[in-house]
Amino acid sequence: MIESTMINRNSHHHIAPLWLYLAIGGALLVLTAVTITVSYIDLGGWNIVVALVIASIKGSLVAMFFMHLYYDKKIYTIVIVMGLLFLSIFISLTMFDTGRRGDIYEIKSEPIKPEADFYKELPPADSLDQTGHSEH
Amino acid sequence: MSSMPEKNYLTEKRGLKSWLLTLDHKRIGVMYLIGISISFALGGIFALLIRLELLNPGRDIVGAQTYNQLFTLHGAVMIFLFIIPGIPAALGNFVLPLMLGAKDVAFPRLNLASWYIYVFGALLAVVSIFTGSVDTGWTFYTPYSTQTSGAVVTMTLAAFILGFSSIFTGLNFIVTIHKLRAPGMTWFKMPLFVWSLYATAIIQVLATPVLGITLVLLILERVLGMGIFDPAMGGDPVLFQHFFWFYSHPAVYIMILPAMGIISELISTFSHKRIFGYRAIAFSSFGIAFISFLVWGHHMFTSGQSELASMIFSFLTFFVAIPSGIKVFNWLATLYKGSISLDTPMLYALSFLFLFAIGGLTGMFLATTATDIHLHDTYFVVAHFHYVMFGGTVIAFLGGLHFWWPKIWGRMYNENWAKISALLVFVGFNVTFISQFIMGIKGMPRRYYTYLDQYHRMHGFSTIGSWIMGLGFFIMVVYLVHSIYKGRPAGSNPWGSLTMEWETTSPPPTENFAGDMKLTHGPYDYDKIVPRTD
Amino acid sequence: MSHSKDRPSYLAHHFSDPAQQSDSAKLGMWIFILTEILLFGGLFVAYSIFRAWNPDMFYNAHKFLDVKMGGINTVVLITSSVTMALSIRSMQLGRKKQTIGFLVATLLFAAVFLVIKYLEYSHKFHLGQLPGKFYTFTGVKGNNPHIFFSIYFVMTGLHGVHVIAGMTVIVMMLVRTMRNRFSSEYYTPLEMTGLYWHLVDLIWIYLFPLLYLIG
Repeated sequence: MIESTMINRNSHHHIAPLWLYLAIGGALLVLTAVTITVSYIDLGGWNIVVALVIASIKGSLVAMFFMHLYYDKKIYTIVIVMGLLFLSIFISLTMFDTGRRGDIYEIKSEPIKPEADFYKELPPADSLDQTGHSEH
Repeated sequence: MSSMPEKNYLTEKRGLKSWLLTLDHKRIGVMYLIGISISFALGGIFALLIRLELLNPGRDIVGAQTYNQLFTLHGAVMIFLFIIPGIPAALGNFVLPLMLGAKDVAFPRLNLASWYIYVFGALLAVVSIFTGSVDTGWTFYTPYSTQTSGAVVTMTLAAFILGFSSIFTGLNFIVTIHKLRAPGMTWFKMPLFVWSLYATAIIQVLATPVLGITLVLLILERVLGMGIFDPAMGGDPVLFQHFFWFYSHPAVYIMILPAMGIISELISTFSHKRIFGYRAIAFSSFGIAFISFLVWGHHMFTSGQSELASMIFSFLTFFVAIPSGIKVFNWLATLYKGSISLDTPMLYALSFLFLFAIGGLTGMFLATTATDIHLHDTYFVVAHFHYVMFGGTVIAFLGGLHFWWPKIWGRMYNENWAKISALLVFVGFNVTFISQFIMGIKGMPRRYYTYLDQYHRMHGFSTIGSWIMGLGFFIMVVYLVHSIYKGRPAGSNPWGSLTMEWETTSPPPTENFAGDMKLTHGPYDYDKIVPRTD
Repeated sequence: MSHSKDRPSYLAHHFSDPAQQSDSAKLGMWIFILTEILLFGGLFVAYSIFRAWNPDMFYNAHKFLDVKMGGINTVVLITSSVTMALSIRSMQLGRKKQTIGFLVATLLFAAVFLVIKYLEYSHKFHLGQLPGKFYTFTGVKGNNPHIFFSIYFVMTGLHGVHVIAGMTVIVMMLVRTMRNRFSSEYYTPLEMTGLYWHLVDLIWIYLFPLLYLIG
């Protein structure tokens, strides 16, 4: 994390060999075939897990070799990991709400229907058509 | 008495075009300063009109619909056009490279682009005023925002565009801090304002994109009737609040963190003493930045989110008090046995300590779920918010403005008038908002056009307070503008400060310093070096 | 200023050497990528929540997406990522003509991607599987299937916008390569374009299984 502003003046650019790019490309195509095939097998709740794991392997290959994270300074990896960390915070804390409504008090969440009082009290009641879709 | 340097960034090139096409961070900072000042004046006028309307129950000057538009505009203009870009983009832009001993920010073109995006977004927001205006409040809550006939799409688009400006500034600052420090300036030799801008920039790049996608979804909800926020179509309006606050709560720290950075500079400089707990203050900025992403649900205790979520968010919210407390105690410890000079910037710093303490502690009332049920959506929330945002951020911004004003223009303002103005702003602010705390506890709901007689006297106090504040700001504009033309030359280091921006002339030359900079002493080495004042 | 002799023409005045300049660009680009991840992240959050609420509807609705077309598009995009990486490699080796060839190939694959996406969209428009209130299709079992298609169109639409933006930048790089602006010493803009293009690929790698392959 701590970098000096004194930078070595002869930093060589890393040039990856041709076969590596082709091999990674090939691996990505194989993994695509695998994920499609697996999706037709019923694994119950595990389907989504397998799909995400395969996608993450593919994503890591792209990031590490095509985007050079594997060779580059660690700071770039840190930047991306931070993004994923905060995204997971976003998803999980939101899910604490959306997944657990009505836990303590027995209020069952129901879809609000067009005939609900809320909609009757809106001033331009005719702006809602019969399915409750707003006309704006 | 020193004289003005012949050649500086203000005089080297002349004419409007040289400003509009400039890549110099100092000029861009000044252009931002002009932009946010106009926005602040506009938002302030809206605020004065709101207070005037609330002087008596019922209609005083405007109708209910106009009133709704006024408080929406006050909020949207102050938040998106003034307070978010305020300290980072205006003062930060000017000072950051100087503090680091750099010649410019890392991406000067991106910096200029961010200013143009800001101006474009601001113009779009102004257009929305004339195309129907918005009456949703600055939070744009669904389902009302998808049903009202106001110009929600225009205003939302403006906020979306302003987000890019904020992201570009943050991105630029992070790279500048990483890559452009002068030789010898290690991480822990950086001034604390730089640390706070760094923490702020991280929030800007992490949170603002979520605001972007939220506003895109809101626009699509209005245009296409997507349904994901519409309960009648299987959507969930509370989800909008999650999206909105995932950005907007951290955004509150985009506003307050750089303010805290300014306070660290002011307190150390004017106590002529090494800052107490340098690392603790630096790291607490990151503590605040991190926790800010975990607490957004405390805006939603009464929205119908799950009780479990409310408990978690309430619990996490209390953690914000720890790093905030660390900062406040370190500032107090710096003051202790310091040799304090009460120049105008220091008056603002001391006001900050007083007002921010009130703002922060009343936040604890609101973080407690039980008391929040009573206080939610009352004037108590309004007062708490203004104590943090005005008492905290704006006061610190004014402190920073008065601190760096001689550096920006090379001339000094009139100290006496500045002190009078600072006093008026301080008194006016407290009169305006202490009465709102009292009203709020008694149950006066926020955003209402009219009210019961029992609140009449407090509303009266509040309105009078707004006039006192308005007078203070009027005086400030007069003496500041006057100083640009007639002020006495300030010299390169009028306050006797040790950070690097004071080692160059005031105003600085276009290339910032004569020659390449090298760090020779720490930013707070007051115990080792007697700063050169001239 | 004192050492202006050994400063190459592409080095901006406020950097002290080329390494500092290219490192800055790269860090800036990665932070930009971070913002893109969070931009799309919001949509992933919306997707997760609505899928958790309506698992059956999502399953039923996803069957109306064409796995064959989505799969071909995945292959196309991965291939374009390979050609993009190779174009940079060619420039590192100073082979200008090869670089141009690979950039053109990348552009072609990107265009194929958009054509296939267009075919998919127009088929759905035809069936009335439109987002939100324009949704008229009746063949999906479950509550509020229009939500699935709203999310589908926003996610793939935003991705499509990124493809178009990427193509625009690649064209700019193509022009600059032809004008000899890059060399084996200096090709930072090309490298940044590559990062962006791989990001576009990366996002699709997640979109494809989440939308087309709900098990």
